[in-house]
Amino acid sequence: MTVAVRPRIRGTVGESVERPDGAPKVRGEFEYASDLWIQGMLHGATLRSPHPHARIVSIDTAKARALPGVRAVLTHADLPNEETFGIMRSDQYPLARAKVRFLGDPVAIVAADDVRTARDALRLIDVTYEALPAITDPIAALQPDAQPIHDKGNVIDAVHLVHGDPSARADVEVEGEYEVGMQDQAALGPEAGLAIPDDDGGVTLHIATQWLHEDRGQMAQCLGLPEEKVRLVMSGVGGAFGAREDVTLQIHLCLLALATKRPVRMTYGREESFYGHVHRHPARLFYRHGAKKDGTLVYVRATIALDGGGYASSSPAVIANAACFAAGPYRVPNAEIWSVGAYTNNPPSGAMRGFGAVQTCFAYEAQMDKLAAKLGMDPVALRRMNALEDGDHIITSQPVAGSEPVSEIIRRANALPLPPAGHRSALELPGGAGNLTQGEGVVRGVGFAAGFKNICYSHGFDDSSEARVRLERDADGPIAYVHTAAAEVGQGVVTVQLQVARTELGLERVIVENADTTIGSAGSSSASRQTWMTGAAVKAACDLVNAELDGRARDRGIPRERLADLLDTPVEHRITYRHAATEPRNPVTQNHGHVAFLFAAHRASVDVDLGTGLVKVVQVATAQDVGKAINPVAVIGQLEGGIAQGLGLAVMEEVILKDGAVKNASFTDYLLPTFLDMPPVVADLIEHPHPDAPYGAKGVGEPPTISSTPAIVAAIRAATGRALNRVPVRPDDIVFGTVALSGWTIVAGMDPRAATRA
Amino acid sequence: MRVPLTVNGAARAAEARDGQSLLTFLREELELPGSKNACEQGECGSCSVLLDGALVCSCLVLAAACADKTVETVEALADGETLHPLQQAFLKAGAVQCGFCTPGLIVAANALLQRNPEPSDLEIREALSGNICRCTGYGKILEAVRSVASGRA
Repeated sequence: MTVAVRPRIRGTVGESVERPDGAPKVRGEFEYASDLWIQGMLHGATLRSPHPHARIVSIDTAKARALPGVRAVLTHADLPNEETFGIMRSDQYPLARAKVRFLGDPVAIVAADDVRTARDALRLIDVTYEALPAITDPIAALQPDAQPIHDKGNVIDAVHLVHGDPSARADVEVEGEYEVGMQDQAALGPEAGLAIPDDDGGVTLHIATQWLHEDRGQMAQCLGLPEEKVRLVMSGVGGAFGAREDVTLQIHLCLLALATKRPVRMTYGREESFYGHVHRHPARLFYRHGAKKDGTLVYVRATIALDGGGYASSSPAVIANAACFAAGPYRVPNAEIWSVGAYTNNPPSGAMRGFGAVQTCFAYEAQMDKLAAKLGMDPVALRRMNALEDGDHIITSQPVAGSEPVSEIIRRANALPLPPAGHRSALELPGGAGNLTQGEGVVRGVGFAAGFKNICYSHGFDDSSEARVRLERDADGPIAYVHTAAAEVGQGVVTVQLQVARTELGLERVIVENADTTIGSAGSSSASRQTWMTGAAVKAACDLVNAELDGRARDRGIPRERLADLLDTPVEHRITYRHAATEPRNPVTQNHGHVAFLFAAHRASVDVDLGTGLVKVVQVATAQDVGKAINPVAVIGQLEGGIAQGLGLAVMEEVILKDGAVKNASFTDYLLPTFLDMPPVVADLIEHPHPDAPYGAKGVGEPPTISSTPAIVAAIRAATGRALNRVPVRPDDIVFGTVALSGWTIVAGMDPRAATRA
Repeated sequence: MRVPLTVNGAARAAEARDGQSLLTFLREELELPGSKNACEQGECGSCSVLLDGALVCSCLVLAAACADKTVETVEALADGETLHPLQQAFLKAGAVQCGFCTPGLIVAANALLQRNPEPSDLEIREALSGNICRCTGYGKILEAVRSVASGRA
């Protein structure tokens, strides 16, 4: 018997691997969408509505068109058809028709020889508006007598979920009203793209996006072109976090390129970016929890009102998620939830990391702490005793199965070492370089939270990813090419594909090709799904390649290890992977709507200056169920980065709206966590492989952003004794104990469309 | 006006528009897109360069004010195929995700290590607090800079 000795392959599944796009990124040579340049290109710009709600009486573009250097000025009248777009509900015209629904709604677009001329031309477009009353309170918008913002009314979707007997009696009850402010994804790379007209009347768009094929479908419809004439090529993506799921400038760029027969580039500035992409849904949440004297949860009743803004975007799925995850990762036998999203005249809300699970986690974890306090129990012990276990049902009646180590996560997160007391420098105190305290009046607090969310697409969606693997030989020997349409947004799916192919093919020379629409859809880089979906697709394509190689080896009597000798012709296979089917939503329960769940827990330690209300987060400890860490260094990067965004929502980040206008559309006024705001993270990765996922890997991106926020706020409550019912927590809330109330009377579990003014 | 200056060791000159920032001058006129455009008001550090040796946000500097000055951008750091130790360290530590902040962070970290070759963690945090990263949460960046500072890269 002979033993084949194969060289050790570096960079396989389970190793910390350097990303293949890393070298160009550190050199400054990686080409982001805003770096695109082609000879003879024009520059695009967008005119946006200055009103949150108005009728368009007239638009006169004559002066703009007459400006030297202007090549096209387009309004709704110039569109090829009356089609609309939208990721889940098609409700928005590429350029406003007759009416604008939010301050920032695109009204006209310009292409000109240079950026300055394009912007000058915008100022020469004369639009006459008739202002309409703006509705900016989502609960007001939901009331039956509210003025409709869209023809079909202001209810984007309403999910009513009943589980067990919601009227069940409990020994102990707690209730509360909570608010989550609007968070911006604040990806550093601005929205940008380059559209090039093709000879066949079609168009090629180089674009930074999370989902090429979804964009293509919406674009083709509005451009009046067959999909095969709309070609998309992934450009470098400077962060996404949900903000690039929706079409922003894609259709505009192509309209301008087709109108001028010239390449057109457009890049949003930071202020325009705040108006140009969707944000996390602001939410009002009304909760009531009941438990037995021993702490066993009896019921959860909740009413969740989400502000969808002027257009639906992905609101229907966010609304459904908010309902589904409304009770947390706990055994809750009885529940009644209303989750309703409203059209308002605020900027549209849509996808952001955590997607509906973030808002509810802030509320239900505050409730769990209230319950623990009322019961005189340890909050961590209360969570552990109610933690979901294999075979338990969540409140949609779906059993959790496969991998759900909730109690272990909670125990292990809480067992991580606490930070040392005190501080080494005033910089480490609340207020930092502001030197507002030397430590007097500073109180340490510790808080805990756990959360969960679905992975992949849900509710019957045909969720798939296509991969092509080609194995050939060149002068240096065998080499594999992997091609998918998966969007690399920074998270590292390009590295995952590389690792999977190396592992399965036993070959180090693997090239991951750039994503485009010459291959089938990979689905979106969202819902923490690409490691599972595209990882599985690449693995399946490699399986087919290996099977063919085995056949060649057998037929030719050549050992399989002599790979180069088997590759006189290339081996290429393409396959589409689908996860197990999920059930569509039904009106009252949601049945088995999700394919799998992700869990994490966070423990935060904070220092709070009681005098100024400033907070310094000292440490965040986390345990997360990752199934299998394909690339451990990248997994830690996801955990730390997600916690930073959770910290931002807890104490810093809020898009401040007044009458539909964003009052802080800049990084000067929208505060993002810096190096000094972000504490050390202590992480414990729990690897319970999921039986259906490739290598058991579940995806990791969202949970760090879900329970980190409530853990930090719980720590501030522990330090201050304040109720703190909204995020982000403001210094005033700490110093003066202000409480944010909606002004509506809503009994938890009732339909918010029947609210009364408080 | 025509602006002559030294960029990454080479004498360059180009026409600067009225009010044009050094950032767009570098990116558009001198075809050096490594310095990034994220906030364009000096808050995020993505456009960090050295101007006569001093760390600046190039979006806040007028191109016209750079006549006869010396500018070093991220493109100057690698020696041909060989990456600068900080570039290597960022790769190895996993300090790069989307990478949009990376050029500015590496320029700023290099400026720090030139004036303080062995900074403490807090000194690293303070020196890089003008550079926003939205992806990593900074932990891996700290690790990368620390590894070069102590010569362990």
